[in-house]
Amino acid sequence: MTDPKIPAITINDLSIHFGSGDELVKAVDHVSFTVPAQQSFGLVGESGSGKSTILRALAGLNTHCDGQMLLEGESLQSARSKAFYKKVQMVFQDPYASLHPRHTIDKILAEPLAIHGFKNTEQRIAKVMEQVALPNKFRFRYPHQLSGGQRQRVAIARALILEPKILLLDEPTSALDVSIQAEILNLLNQLREELSLTYILVSHDLAVVSYMCEQIAVMQHGKLVELLQVDQQGKTDAKDPYTLQLNLASKGYDRAVIEQFIDHD
Amino acid sequence: MTYIGNNNDHLLEVKNLNVEFPSVHGSVHAVRDISFKMGHEKIAIVGESGSGKSQTGRAILGLSPGNVTAEKLFFDGVDLQGLSARDYREIRGKRISMVMQDPKYSLNPVMTVGKQMIEACQIQMKVSKKQAISRCIEMLEAVRIRNPQRVFNTYPHEVSGGMGQRIMIAMMLLSSPDLLIADEPTSALDVTVQLQVLAIMDDLVKERGMGLILISHDLPLVASFCDRILVMYAGRIVEELEASKLDQAQHPYTKGLLSCLPNNAIKGQPIATLQRQDSWLDGTLNAQGKLI
Amino acid sequence: MTELKGWLLAENPDSRTQAAFGRGYLGWLRFYHNPLAMIGFVIVLTLLLIALFAPYIAPEGISSGLTGDALKNARFLPPSAEHWFGTDGQANDVFSRIVIGSRITLVIVALVIFTAPILGFIIGTVSGYFGGWVDILLMRITDVFLAFPKLVLALALAAALGRGLESAIFAIAITSWPAYARLARAETLTIRNTDYLAAAKLQGASHWRLISGHIMPLCLSSLIVRVTLDMAGIILTAAGLGFLGLGAQPPTPEWGAMIAEGRDYILSYWWLATFPGLAIFTVALGFNLLGDGLRDVLDPKSGGQH
Repeated sequence: MTDPKIPAITINDLSIHFGSGDELVKAVDHVSFTVPAQQSFGLVGESGSGKSTILRALAGLNTHCDGQMLLEGESLQSARSKAFYKKVQMVFQDPYASLHPRHTIDKILAEPLAIHGFKNTEQRIAKVMEQVALPNKFRFRYPHQLSGGQRQRVAIARALILEPKILLLDEPTSALDVSIQAEILNLLNQLREELSLTYILVSHDLAVVSYMCEQIAVMQHGKLVELLQVDQQGKTDAKDPYTLQLNLASKGYDRAVIEQFIDHD
Repeated sequence: MTYIGNNNDHLLEVKNLNVEFPSVHGSVHAVRDISFKMGHEKIAIVGESGSGKSQTGRAILGLSPGNVTAEKLFFDGVDLQGLSARDYREIRGKRISMVMQDPKYSLNPVMTVGKQMIEACQIQMKVSKKQAISRCIEMLEAVRIRNPQRVFNTYPHEVSGGMGQRIMIAMMLLSSPDLLIADEPTSALDVTVQLQVLAIMDDLVKERGMGLILISHDLPLVASFCDRILVMYAGRIVEELEASKLDQAQHPYTKGLLSCLPNNAIKGQPIATLQRQDSWLDGTLNAQGKLI
Repeated sequence: MTELKGWLLAENPDSRTQAAFGRGYLGWLRFYHNPLAMIGFVIVLTLLLIALFAPYIAPEGISSGLTGDALKNARFLPPSAEHWFGTDGQANDVFSRIVIGSRITLVIVALVIFTAPILGFIIGTVSGYFGGWVDILLMRITDVFLAFPKLVLALALAAALGRGLESAIFAIAITSWPAYARLARAETLTIRNTDYLAAAKLQGASHWRLISGHIMPLCLSSLIVRVTLDMAGIILTAAGLGFLGLGAQPPTPEWGAMIAEGRDYILSYWWLATFPGLAIFTVALGFNLLGDGLRDVLDPKSGGQH
């Protein structure tokens, strides 16, 4: 067991740039936060706010970053080790795009085990499929033979099969219908409890992160605008005008409110 | 073109519309016997993926790739089913317009926005280039684009998603249509931009007396925006209700869609999930709101 | 039979093998319902069978072994019941020579298949996957090879290496790999940034595992289609080299070389050049039709769905 007092993830003064010269885009601009172990941390913002970029950088998919990223107190090198991937796994936004179209579910789940040299493939696959409530009959099907919600369960199973401690969730439900979203969110909450996982959840939907997370970082144009604590009722004490505007916008269409919006185009 | 009757209070009348797709595994019934009437108002067709909502919109426009049959499909007194392909095109260009989900795919990437708009304007209204330009600028101003001249000379990839969707709406309004069908027009946009685009559509409907069919998956959003909601499930309209009376919805599917939103869930407890019933496929609501 | 069908088409296969067989069967069904593809398939299958049983089909062998007067009487005989495709200047049975020549055609096809596409495939996927300077280096080499006209380069190589079938095959292989490298690279670039590849990277997969296990299977189908379609061209190039005297040398019954021999007599003894020509035409057509059919079955853009 790791010491729960050491934060699972610490991000110190992280900056990520794309391009150079006149084309330079600051995707992430001096962002710092910590994620305590076994907590769920939300990153919320609109498109282009840099929330997904941070997640990809943590996973090692973006290598052009300045600043420091710590995993359980240890600084991460730009090339990630195999041990890192046993601890940290990621679930992508679009379950139609994140599963290899020519691999069966069985192959998709067996692949990480083969990479890390696990022997008890059969038991592990059966166990993880049960954890995500996928019936065994789907095991030898191809992704295109499953529905969106079932595919996302496969993607979650693939992330869990190495028994990681931390899951990076990149908009895990935004490509799904709301009724399926509810099922997946319930599953994620249940798994977190059972397996004592730490989540970093990226979403554009304030309602989803407020329901799922204990802490929320609001991002805009690559900057961290506000760090919010979510109370037991799922309420936050937002002060920043941008967060307040997001809050209002998620309440639905109100002509009078929209007039007050500050344009970001 | 044949005009039947003079019922101007019904801009669109659909009775028992069916859309079927033939396939090797037997035909797929995407839309089953749906009927509704609408005037110059904002109605929403709401449903999840595969409910047939988009196919309904396409069938009205005569753009459905499947087999469309209907007992009645009248637009402003015109029988749409009896139209020749040419007359249908005429109606589609001038009187019914459609806005698609993603502006990126609806605009030609190698042509400036202005050139595309002028071309569309000249085809639809048969006016001189000069008149077309002033009309286009006027429309871009109508969708509250602050610097229409600049937008005129940009390529589609140079504008943001919200701007792109405004341009699409401006293009659809060139010919002052009577009915606008918008298929998930704001789903690809950020939430604040989404509302701003809706506000523009709202104003246009009010000012021009247009009818609007908004096809969407987002029940709370359309409830706050539209006058009337048609809820579709598995190709049928399972419930039709006033937007303001959403909280009094009777059908278990409509209620389920509302309760499975995380906004309505209590933190720390599971969200209510939708338990689909086979009876929803064919059952109807009686006067007491009971499923029979 | 119906039981087997049910097993193959099961929606919920019980094992890896069943899933693989079921997928294969669905592909076969689609292929089977494409009449042109089936014609191509039958032609190529017939070619294979003819080559396999050539000694039994063509008992007269490639040369008659006749000399003197016997040769004089038996040479340049027109097609008849005894000699279906007639005889040539050495009194050899043209039909037998074509039948045995099918083996040479197949050897050319097989050798080219196992060299050029594989080389091109590996270079293309590696180049596309790594990008950066690896890509630049490999693609410039490819460009150098592409810059030469294919037939001229093959001619030069065949001439430099000496006449003979082996040098012809080598020349064809060396000139045809760049096209496969380009194809594989283009396919790899479309896959490179997908989420499923990112997901595999996040499991700690090595570069080679990503290329061989994730990228190659997706590029493979379009490569197979391309190779099959190119097969006709390869047979024609081989025949062309033979015709120009740089490929197989007489008396080897290579079809192109046979046409070259018959060229001098084309007006008086038409059958000498016509029948090998028809053989080349039929086989090339067969491979083309098969390639078109395979494209319909294997093309990843059709989503691999039924």
